[in-house]
Amino acid sequence: MDYDVVIGLEIHVQIKTRTKMFTAAPYSYGAEPNTLIDPVVLGLPGTLPVLNHEAIEKCTSLGLMLGCEIAEVCKWDRKNYFYPDSPKNYQLTQNEQPLCIGGEIEIELADAARNAAGEHRWVKLNRIHLEEDPGKLTHESFDTLIDFNRAGVPLAEIVTEPDMSSSAEAVAFLNALRNLIIYAGISDCDMEKGQLRCDANVSLKPKGSETLGTRTEMKNLNSISNVKAAIEYEIERQADILDEGGEVTQETRRWDVDQGCSFSLRSKEEAHDYRYFPDPDLMPVQMDRTRVDELKSTLPERPFDKQRRFEADFGLPYTVTTVLCPNRELSEFFEAALETHNAPKLIANYVANDLLRELADAAAHGEQDLDVSESKLTPAHIGTLAKIIEDGTISKQIAKEVFTDMFATGEMPDAIVEKKGLKQSNDSEEIEALCRDAIAGNPKAVGQYKDGNEKAINALKGPVMKATKGKANPAMLDQLLKKLIDEG
Amino acid sequence: MSTKPHIDIDYVANLARIELSDDEKAKLGGQLDDILGYFEKLNAVDVDGVEPMAHAQAVYNVWREGDEAGETYAPEVLKKMAPEFRDGQVVVPKVVE
Amino acid sequence: MSELHFKTITELSASLEAGEQTSVELTQAIIDRTASVDGKVKAFISYDAEDALAQAKTSDERRAAGKALGPLDGIPIGIKDVLTVKDQPVRCASKMLENYISPFDATCIAKLREAGAIIWGRLNMDEFAMGSSTENSAYQTTANPWDLETIPGGSSGGSAAALAAGEAIATLGTDTGGSIRQPAALCGVVGMKPTYGLVSRYGLVAFASSLDQVGPFARTVEDAAILMEAMLGKDDLDSTSIEPQGETNYAAALKEKKGPWKLGVPQEFFGEGIDPEVKASIEKAIDWYKSQGCEIVDISLPHSDLAVPVYYIVATAEASSNLARFDGVRYSHRSKDVNDALTLFTKSRGEGFGDEVKRRIILGTYVLSSGYYDAYYLRAQKVRRLILGDFEKAFDQVDAILTPTSPTPAFKRGERSDDPLAMYLSDIYTISVNLAGLPAISVPSGFTESGLPIGLQVIGKAFGEADMFAVAHAFEQAHDYHRQTPNL
Ligand SMILES: [Mg+2]
Ligand SMILES: [Zn+2]
Repeated sequence: MDYDVVIGLEIHVQIKTRTKMFTAAPYSYGAEPNTLIDPVVLGLPGTLPVLNHEAIEKCTSLGLMLGCEIAEVCKWDRKNYFYPDSPKNYQLTQNEQPLCIGGEIEIELADAARNAAGEHRWVKLNRIHLEEDPGKLTHESFDTLIDFNRAGVPLAEIVTEPDMSSSAEAVAFLNALRNLIIYAGISDCDMEKGQLRCDANVSLKPKGSETLGTRTEMKNLNSISNVKAAIEYEIERQADILDEGGEVTQETRRWDVDQGCSFSLRSKEEAHDYRYFPDPDLMPVQMDRTRVDELKSTLPERPFDKQRRFEADFGLPYTVTTVLCPNRELSEFFEAALETHNAPKLIANYVANDLLRELADAAAHGEQDLDVSESKLTPAHIGTLAKIIEDGTISKQIAKEVFTDMFATGEMPDAIVEKKGLKQSNDSEEIEALCRDAIAGNPKAVGQYKDGNEKAINALKGPVMKATKGKANPAMLDQLLKKLIDEG
Repeated sequence: MSTKPHIDIDYVANLARIELSDDEKAKLGGQLDDILGYFEKLNAVDVDGVEPMAHAQAVYNVWREGDEAGETYAPEVLKKMAPEFRDGQVVVPKVVE
Repeated sequence: MSELHFKTITELSASLEAGEQTSVELTQAIIDRTASVDGKVKAFISYDAEDALAQAKTSDERRAAGKALGPLDGIPIGIKDVLTVKDQPVRCASKMLENYISPFDATCIAKLREAGAIIWGRLNMDEFAMGSSTENSAYQTTANPWDLETIPGGSSGGSAAALAAGEAIATLGTDTGGSIRQPAALCGVVGMKPTYGLVSRYGLVAFASSLDQVGPFARTVEDAAILMEAMLGKDDLDSTSIEPQGETNYAAALKEKKGPWKLGVPQEFFGEGIDPEVKASIEKAIDWYKSQGCEIVDISLPHSDLAVPVYYIVATAEASSNLARFDGVRYSHRSKDVNDALTLFTKSRGEGFGDEVKRRIILGTYVLSSGYYDAYYLRAQKVRRLILGDFEKAFDQVDAILTPTSPTPAFKRGERSDDPLAMYLSDIYTISVNLAGLPAISVPSGFTESGLPIGLQVIGKAFGEADMFAVAHAFEQAHDYHRQTPNL
């Protein structure tokens, strides 16, 4: 039987603040266990939470980036459940009145042909609310260790509508979301570091049916490939149950990476009764509309909007824009280079190909991180390079050498050309002399050319280029040889 | 709440994570049902359109500015109070999911 | 009233300044008095004589250097066991915190230190401040110094009894539904509960966050005013604390504010359940005010009879969540026979909490649980606003409200232990004040035939402490009830 798949995602993103959500203890990934703690983090008797305003600011920007409506007033609730990683055994969160309402983000479904744009669509969001991260448990063979460093880190929980219908859409959504969050500077979204975590709700219904089927919630999806695998596994599993006339039970399931399958954590019957109620220790937040507008006005251009602009204004191909635009730094580097010299296509190629290649090698050789900001190159380097290619100072051939050199040394390309004397030679006397020698030295090639074999002339260029170390202007050389042979 | 209110003591005690002896359950259950009966008074008042009161003072936007890091405790502070501690971390019996 | 231990803060600060005795002598006198009478009264769970004497020595040195800090410098103040003192235990009269030492000072304690006060001892209370008789202590039952067979009231029974018995010059308590005023009335001392938010709750181990306030027990209204001046103020560590409004030089204001005042008397507070001797005493007090030219206005607080149910829903709901942190994981009692995390929670909490605490946590959990939230918790929150409305209407007409503090004088030990509902009704006159967040004070208004103290409650407007103190002070100074001391 055929089914419609309905997928909704809940994404927890750690917001990049220096200090925690409700206390001034700092947070940084990978610190020694229990060194980023204070009385509030530990939930010691007598402690009280105090809101970190920076978390509100950043989450507001996130909401605006994702097209959410920013609430007039947002409030704090307690979500009550016992777990050893939760210092107070309740989580401060926003249940009744979240900071961000609705929203939708544009996604691109990967096209079979990698070099062509895939289909675009918008995925609806339900809300974004702020809450605090619990601590970290390490399960050993006989007991469990608790590190409270992570406890109290601000989380933005992004909840989508059940608006996706395949693992591919879910993956496309996560990629688009990551790009938007990183663009807005809210988080680096490093899933290995737990900066972005994903739960997936999956349900099946008979094709065309209006009524949603029973959903299951998949937890612990800490990489995009896990999300894909877990969703595909779950679609299979539910389809098998339904095919055999069985019923899917509403439950929470845990994805096991090693075994490549999921197993039930708890079913609806024993599901938590969280006893949400307004937190009496924290006052509600009334959003200042002028501040919200300020934040809105400072948002960066969204990646897909930028991609459309690059294709329209600069005539860049998809293969290039799809490399440049998902990466804010790279695309801004590209546009900055245009200010030195306005040659979009040429510069885009150097940024999307040569620059990334050099960065990749460098990374491979462990010399530096695969990151534009950490390379010695500035936009001016590549702008200048483009300039001296187009004004005929050097050939593209020579440019390759110059690029590698400037990437390594950080010297400006024109300086390198000077120093190494790579300037393209336009001295016709010298080249003419060399051409005559070449013609004299290879009557066979000359003969073939005269018999109409155009290509044969290349055999004559070789020695001239060799003699000028490649600096002879190729165009000029071509003309000159033909002229001399015809005359002769 | 027309019928006499009654607490499902096992369900609630489990939610509250409190182990109760059978005697405690019997005694508590009875007392709590009486108390809930006394609460029935509240149904007499009309609360339509009344804004729920969660705080004694109506104050907004109380927060910390600047996002500047404050003081932290050394792990030893936690070690001193924790019932069991190993490798800089609090130890609990194995968590089984 | 010649002995040092029965003197007032005003008397002692004068004699300390005059050099008639040192703080070390005074503190030693208090330690000796405690050693001699606490065997009968059992007001202290523990005390640290060396620590107190060390503080006294510092105070004397400060004074000798001409750097005395004001009226509280060198005065021993007893502390309820629910307020954290750095490097001292804070057990909340519970087995749950038997071995816990607080690594930090409560804000009110820090402020008393800044005023030079001697932080003295850990005073007994009902476990986690839940009770009205101090019989719910896991450590001992405190006796009422006026009749050792009767209870001192509660939950701050230790603070009231210690002061009445001369084991401190003043004490601190906390008041969630009457826990300062009711024991003050039953022990014949002054007890005051501030406007919600006037004193920081940081370091007060929370029972019901939206109701809890720290307040003073003292021999006179003036002493209480002095303590309040030292403790009040907005605290960055408590989001619910507020910048005080209006007159806050309370002690000085006592001299100016002489009335006559418009005083409201709510008939709802003189109905069934009130002891005839209490009724007579309060009516006599009201007549006195009338004789002083005060206008007595009959007012109505129509929702008064709903205060107890509203209170026991709101307070227990908040408590069920506030006390979730006592789980045996980080610092509280951990059961010996546990083999997994779940039994760690249930057994540790089953062993660590006493009957009343269990009763209230179960009740609070129930009123928040799914299916009951609207019927109990939400409805209670709405009725709470109606109760506030009653007071707001009343205060349009009057400057302060006069009521009995407790419907009965001190009752016999064990009398209400097995009837929680009867126990809950002992706070019938004090609870609505907490629900409305108002200030109120209890002053001695006489004695019963059998010599048990009776208290008059003066309720003020929000932040109307200055007037409330003045009204109470006028009555106190015209009578000598507050000069009576029990003979032990
Ligand atoms: Mg969630
Ligand atoms: Zn969440």
